[in-house]
Amino acid sequence: MSDPVEVKTLIIDEQEVSALRGQTILEVARENDIDIPTLCHLEGLSDVGACRLCLVEIKGSNKLLPACVATVYEGMEVRTNTERLKKHRRMILEMLFAERNHICAVCVSNGHCELQAMGQEQGLTHIRLPYRNPKLTLDASHERFTADHNRCILCMRCVRVCAEIEGAHVWDVMGRGINSVVITDLNDEWGKSTCTRCGKCVQVCPTGALFDKSKIGSDHPKYPDFLPNLKMMREAQ
Amino acid sequence: MTIEELEQIQESVRAESAKFDFEVNVCMDLACSSQGSDKLRDALVKAAEASGKKVLVRRTGCMGPCSSGPLVRVDPEETLYKHVTAGHAEAIVSSLGGEPVPALQCDLREHFDKQVRVVLENAGHIDPEKIDDYISREGYKALMTALMEMTPNGVIHRITESGLRGRGGGGYPTGLKWSTVSKAGGDMKYVVCNGDEGDPGAFMDRSVMEGDPHRVLEGMAIAAYAVGASKGFIYVRAEYPVAVARLTTAIREARRRGLLGSNIAGTTFSFDVEIRLGAGAFVCGEETALIASIEGKRGTPKPRPPYPAVSGLWGRPTLLNNVETYANVAPIVRNGGKWFANMGSERSKGTKVFALTGKIANTGLIEVPLGIKLWEIIDVIGGGVPDGHKLKAIQTGGPSGGCIPADMMDLGVSYDALMAAGSIMGSGGMIVMDDTSCMVNVARFFIEFCMTESCGKCIPCRAGTAQMYTLLTRICEGTATMDDLEMLEDLCSTVKEASLCGLGQTAPNPVLSTLKYFRNEYIEHIQHKRCLAGVCNIQAPVEVMA
Repeated sequence: MSDPVEVKTLIIDEQEVSALRGQTILEVARENDIDIPTLCHLEGLSDVGACRLCLVEIKGSNKLLPACVATVYEGMEVRTNTERLKKHRRMILEMLFAERNHICAVCVSNGHCELQAMGQEQGLTHIRLPYRNPKLTLDASHERFTADHNRCILCMRCVRVCAEIEGAHVWDVMGRGINSVVITDLNDEWGKSTCTRCGKCVQVCPTGALFDKSKIGSDHPKYPDFLPNLKMMREAQ
Repeated sequence: MTIEELEQIQESVRAESAKFDFEVNVCMDLACSSQGSDKLRDALVKAAEASGKKVLVRRTGCMGPCSSGPLVRVDPEETLYKHVTAGHAEAIVSSLGGEPVPALQCDLREHFDKQVRVVLENAGHIDPEKIDDYISREGYKALMTALMEMTPNGVIHRITESGLRGRGGGGYPTGLKWSTVSKAGGDMKYVVCNGDEGDPGAFMDRSVMEGDPHRVLEGMAIAAYAVGASKGFIYVRAEYPVAVARLTTAIREARRRGLLGSNIAGTTFSFDVEIRLGAGAFVCGEETALIASIEGKRGTPKPRPPYPAVSGLWGRPTLLNNVETYANVAPIVRNGGKWFANMGSERSKGTKVFALTGKIANTGLIEVPLGIKLWEIIDVIGGGVPDGHKLKAIQTGGPSGGCIPADMMDLGVSYDALMAAGSIMGSGGMIVMDDTSCMVNVARFFIEFCMTESCGKCIPCRAGTAQMYTLLTRICEGTATMDDLEMLEDLCSTVKEASLCGLGQTAPNPVLSTLKYFRNEYIEHIQHKRCLAGVCNIQAPVEVMA
C-alpha cells in the first residue's frame, strides 16, 4: 500500500507532465493548460463524477475514466480529446439540452451560462434528440433568489456547496432517474426553508437555474471563483 | 459451542426424527404458500393426528419446481406430490406406508437428475426457522472447522482454490476479493451481504434467505474470520418480508447458541450481524450505492476506485458479497476447494442457481453445474416450451443482460460464454421467450425498468435511458424512422461507455443483444409497420380520401 515515490510522471495528449501522488488527471491537465471539459466539477467542492464530460481514455484500458476523480500513476498515458470522447461529449450535451427546457434567449444567464458555453465550445449546432419538454415548477418564494427547475442540469453543485462549505445542507435531491429534482429541506418552499440566505448556491450554479431576483432582465454573471480561496482560508484556521 | 456440542445436537435431532415413521415436508415458499400451502400444512397436521400414525409434518423452503406447487414430499420414500390442496391431506396421510396417491404424483425425475444441489442442498429438507434442523445437516460445522483448525489465510486459500466467482452477476473471483480485504489495514472491517435482489424474474436469493437462512449467516461468519471483520450487515430489500423474518429468527437463534456474538466457540473471534432494509431502489444492489444506503444516505453510486475492499462502509475496508456467494462458502470449507473446482467448466467453477421463468413447462428454482448447455436447461430440466409454441430466445442477467436466440442453445452456461454472446450471467434470472414475444417490446420493457430505476446522478443513465425509451416506444408504435434506429444505436454506445455505475453501463445490453440477433424485427416495425409476434399495437396508416 505505501508508495514511497511522491512524484509521478505521465503523458497527457503526448505531452510529458509531472504530478504529485494522489493528484487527479484533471488537476494535472489544468496545471499544464490541457483543457478537459467539465460541468459538475468545481474547484473547492468535492467531486462526484456525475456529468461525465471529463471522461478520458487511458492507454491499455478500454474503460473511460472521469478525470475529476481518477488519480494519476507512474507511466500513465492519457488521451483527452479523441474522436470517441468527442462523440460521447456531444451526445451528453445533447442529452442535457433536451432533458429540460433550456431556452437561452429568455434566460437570465444568457451569455454567462456554463452549459451554453460548453455547447459552443464543443461545436454543438443543433440537437438531434427529441426534446422532452417536461412541465417543471419555478420556486420564487425566497425573498432574494429564485429556483427555476427548467434550467437545472442536476450537477449538484448547490447541494455540495450548501453542505460542504456553508454547512447548512438545505439543498438535496428528491426522486430518482429522469424525475430527480433538487429540493430545499424536505421539499419545502425555498423561502420557508432553513436557508441561511448566503447565496453561495446561486454563485456556483452553472446555469440560470438559481438566480438573484434583483438581477432579472439584466446581465447576470456569476462568480464561483470565491470558493477555492474561501476553502483555503477555512483550512488555514 | 464446540464441535462436540454440535454433534450432540445432531444426535438429538436424529433421535427425535427416529420417533417418526414418516416425514411429510410441505413447501412454504412464496409460490406454494400463495396457493394455500399453510392451510394444507394445518390439514396435514390434523389428518396425521387423527390417523394415529407417527408422522412429522414439516414446513420447508423452496423445493424447486414452483409451477407444480403447492408441493409436498413424503420421506423416506421421497415421493413428490404436486398441486396439493388441503382437501388432499387425508388421502396423503392414509397412503403412508402403502401405495402413493397416483393422481397427485409428480414425476420430474429428469428435472432433478440433471441438477446438482450445493446452495440448495437443504432447501426443501429443513425447517428454516429451526437452527437444529440446519445443524443436523452439517450446519455450522464449517465455521467450527475454520475456527478450530484453520488460519484465516488457510480459509482464503481454500476459497481461492475453489475458483468460486461472485454470484451477484459480476463474476469477480471471490478468493481475490477476500484476500484484498484481509490485506487492507485498520482495526475495524465489515462484512456485508447483498440481498437486494431486484432483477425482474429473479428469486434465487430470496429462496436461499427464506429456505436456509443459517447458511448465509455461516458463510458470512467464515468470511469475517478470514478477512478479520467483527461486524456484518445483511442488506435485504423490504419487499422480502418473509426473508427478513426468517433471517431475524436465524440471527436470534444463532446468538442464543453462541454461534454469533462475542468469543465464538471460546476463541477470540467475535462476530455479529444486523439486518438493514432496502427502500425499494434497484440501484442499491450496486455496491457503492448499497454502502451509502446502509450508512443512511441517499442510495447513489460513487466512482470507483476507491473500491469498498479498501474504503467501504464508513470508510472502512468492507467485504461485499452476494447471498448466493456466501451460501457456497460453508460447503467449500467443509469439502475442500478441489471438490468445488471439480464441478463446472474451465473458468466458471461450481454450480449456479437459476430462476427459470417465462414460457417453459417447469418454472421454478434450479441449480446446475456451470458449463451445462442451454438446451439441457430448457428441454430437459425445464421440460420444453409448452402449448406447441416454438422457443425464440432466452433472456439472462436481468436488465443488465441480453437475449440469446434459439439457434444458440448449444452454448455452455459460463461467465465468459454468456458475455461473448452479448449477455451476462447476472444473478441468475433466466426468462424463456417463445414466438409470441416481440423482441423490440422486450427491449423496451427492460429499458423502461432501467429508466425508472436509474438514480439520476449521472446524465447518460438519467437522460439516456429515457431517450432510448422514447425511441423504442416510437418503434413499437410504428412511428419511427431509420434515423431513429441509428440514433438509438448511438445512444446505446454513450450510455454504455459513459455511465457512472454498472446499472447505466449495462442498461443498453437488452437493446444491443436484440439488435444483434433480431434486427429484422426492428426493421419490420419501422419499414413495414408490422409486429411479427403480434404484440405491438401498430395503428394502420389512415388512408386519406381524395
